[in-house]
Parts: sequence; C-alpha cells; structure tokens
Amino acid sequence: MYSELVMEHFSNPRNVGEIPDADGVGEEGNPTCGDIMKMYIKVEDGRLKDVKFKTFGCGAAIASSSMVTEMVIGKTLEEAMDVSNRQVAESLGGLPPTKMHCSNLAADALHKAIEDFRAKQVR
Amino acid sequence: MARFIYLDHAATTPVHPAVVEAMLPYFTEKFGNPSSIYSIARESRQALDGARETVAELLGASPSEVIFTSGGSESDNLALKGIAFANRHKGTHIITTEIEHHAILHTCEYLEKRFGFRITYLPVDEYGVVKLDALEVALTPDTILVSIMYANNEVGTIQPIQEISRITKERGVYFHTDAVQAGGSLNLDVDRLGIDLLSLSAHKFRGPKGVGILYARRGTGMWPQQQGGSQERNRRAGTENTAGIVGLATALKLAYDNLEAGNAHASALRDRLVAGISALPGSHLTGHPTNRLPNNASFVFDYVEGESILLSLDMLGIGASSGSACTSSTLEPSHVLKAMGVPIERAHGSLRLTTGRDNTDEDMDYVLAHLPGIVERLRAMSPLAGAETAQTA
Repeated sequence: MYSELVMEHFSNPRNVGEIPDADGVGEEGNPTCGDIMKMYIKVEDGRLKDVKFKTFGCGAAIASSSMVTEMVIGKTLEEAMDVSNRQVAESLGGLPPTKMHCSNLAADALHKAIEDFRAKQVR
Repeated sequence: MARFIYLDHAATTPVHPAVVEAMLPYFTEKFGNPSSIYSIARESRQALDGARETVAELLGASPSEVIFTSGGSESDNLALKGIAFANRHKGTHIITTEIEHHAILHTCEYLEKRFGFRITYLPVDEYGVVKLDALEVALTPDTILVSIMYANNEVGTIQPIQEISRITKERGVYFHTDAVQAGGSLNLDVDRLGIDLLSLSAHKFRGPKGVGILYARRGTGMWPQQQGGSQERNRRAGTENTAGIVGLATALKLAYDNLEAGNAHASALRDRLVAGISALPGSHLTGHPTNRLPNNASFVFDYVEGESILLSLDMLGIGASSGSACTSSTLEPSHVLKAMGVPIERAHGSLRLTTGRDNTDEDMDYVLAHLPGIVERLRAMSPLAGAETAQTA
C-alpha cells in the first residue's frame, strides 16, 4: 500500500517533538478520519531555523508530517508557504488516493504555524 | 524475518489441510455437474448430498433446510430480501441492531431506500449487548423480521439469542441470525437457539472462501434472490460449487468434533493477550468482558491511531486489524464502537487480535514483548498524549 519512502518516514520520522519557546504554532485536524497534526517553528532572519511536529494519525499522516519538516527547514517563510500538499505527497513517492488528505494536513499545519508567527509580529 | 504471526482469524482463516485434501478430487476427477446423469456426476451429487447431511446434523436441522450459497454476504442478502419480499403483504417493518455486519446493514438500507421498508436499528449497551426491552418496544403488528447477529465480529460480544427467540416466537415474527463470526466456536443447534434463519461462512472456520450456508426452517416464507436453474430446491440457482461445499462440510465437522479443545486453545492464548495488554496504561478492553467469542481480544488505546499500530505490527511480522477510520476503505470509524458509546478519539485507536489453531504461546510472548514499545513510540509522537499529562500536572 505504501511506498518505501513513506515506510522509512513512518519508521524513522524526522523532527518529532515540541518547541517550548516556539515562534509559531499551527494545529490542523481532519474531522473525516480524526488525524491531528501540531507544528512548531523557530524563525531566524526570515528563515525556518527549526521545525518540530506531533501527529496523531495513520502511516501516511506521520510520514507526511516528517517529510514536510525535512522539506522546509532552512527555507524562507515564503518558500515554506509555497510548499503544497501535492509536493509533499510527490516527495514521498506518492500516496494511495484515499490517503491524499493526510498530506493536506501536514502542509496546512505548517502554514498555520507560519501565519501564527506573522500574526504575532504585527502586534 | 521470523515466521509471520497471524492474529486476524476473525477476518479469515487458513484452510485446514484435511479440508484441502477433501476438496481436491472435485476439481479434477469428480468434476461432474451434480445435475447430470452419468457416473462422475453421480459422484458429485453424492458428495453434495453427504455434505448437506453433515451440515444439517451439526445444526440439528433436516437436510432440506440447508441452502448452500457463495458465502455469508449472500446468505444475509437472501435472508433479508427473501423474507422482506415474500412477506410484504403482511408488513414492511424489519428490526435489526446498530452493530450488525455491513452485509446486514447495507441490505437493510437498500430495502429502506429502494423499496420503502421501515427499519429499526436497536441500540446496544456499552458492552455491545442488545437491549431486550428496546426489542419488545420496537416490535409492531407490521414487523415481519428480526435480524440480530449471534456474535459480533469486531468486539466478540455474544447476543442473548435464546431470549430473543422467545420474544420473536411469542409475536410470530421470523428471526434471522448472522452467525458468520460465531460459526466454528459457538453452539449452532437451531432448535436450542430458536431461530428461523441462520447464516454461516466457511472461510471463518478453516474452510475455503466463496461458500456458505443459509439455514431456513421448514415453512419459512422466503423468495429466492438468484434466479436460474432449479438447484437448492428452487431456492438458489447456480451449478453447485461441489468442491467448496465439501470443504465447508469437512471444515464444519472438524471444528465441532473438536470444539472444546479448539476453543480452549484459542481462549488460553487470548486470555494471555488480554492480561498483558490490560496492564498497559491507557488501554481499554472493548466488548463484554466474559460473554465474548473465545478467540477475540479487542482493545482501544488512548492517544494513538489504529493504522499506525497495525503498520508497526506488520513490520515485526504480526498481522492484526483495527476499526479506525484510516483502516476502513470508506474512512468511517467503527460503527460498532460508536454504537457502544466509545468516544470517537478513542475509537480511532482500536486494535483487534483474534487467535487461532495455528498460534502458539511463543507467538503471544512475541506480541506482548513488542506491543508496549509500539504504543509508547506512537504516544511519544502524539499531540494528544501531552495534553493528558499537562492536565494532571
């Protein structure tokens, strides 16, 4: 069902954890299947210095969360906002059609964290 | 990798070697169509009749009351649709439960949406036992059929079939039971149970897939649902699957000739799993604690999701199943757990382990050695696990 890359990210997920003094936090939940993802970011000079995640969900959800953190650490906030769900799925070597919604959560949770950071800056 | 440890016997079972042996001649030498007149066909016909007698004897029924089908789903469809259409002049109300298999639920939905039948889905308690007073209240002069499963496939809970049949007999309403999951481990005496119709499926008790039976008590008004030739006394058309039918009868007899030993073996291993898993924090047994199928150990775990548990188990060579939304093709979480009042977040963390003849104590040792680590690793990744500890801090 899952590609080797998905299984690799599921078995050895990158950047699992929390950032207690995070610059931004984003949480996304999927009412359909009950998956929940929480992303924490540290921002320095407009770039993502660190990203950590916690996920309650299936293999695809955990793998997508892991993959998205790997894709965006070191990137600028604009570049990170551009990362799409499809790109996450493609980087994983594809996901079964019924699991595509899991990749949505990963990118969305990250974008929410960035928006949270930006909202804090405005004040 | 070490051998694969199969703990999903509720889903299907490996065919017993003696069953395979019994089936083989009917593929190559005794391949005749039982309806034909020559020698090899007569051999086929004899095997068919013998199988029917074997099954009937095990059910305490007469051979004419046994109909061979393509499996549990067909048997359920035949029972529901056959009774509904044959009796709609008497009434159009059918009673079933919220925890039935989809072969019952979706057929009921079909009868309701396309043919205007009225369906009542009886609630169950937190253990999955149907509420008998709800049944009494639901029965009306318009009711033509009650269909309640003997034992549930997800959580193993056994229903009070005898008490239910007492009620349905009083009211003169047909009673069908989907015994697909119960077949092979629970008593199937049709008079003791008091039922009018009963579904079985061979692949649940070490028989082949693609064959099952519907028992229909003499005098039951039921219209055939598969038209064609006159097989099964005009109740179910189609050239008989002799090999499969011989397989079913052989498997059923093997199961019931060794019933106590088989159940004792399965339940001893299951009890070890239940004891070991219950010791894990945040684990909850689902289904009735004692009145459940002997091989069923079903749990829900807080803060972790079912599919990720299954994947982790699979990587270690262990096969199991779950009722989580992510493991279902429709992305719907288990309707059984929902009906039992299990909170939806918990229902996502469900795991079902069902033991069988091929399992050993070493298998249980292995599972119990690795499952805690699996749950811990997934909990460490979960945003929900932290919340609990934060609240209690």
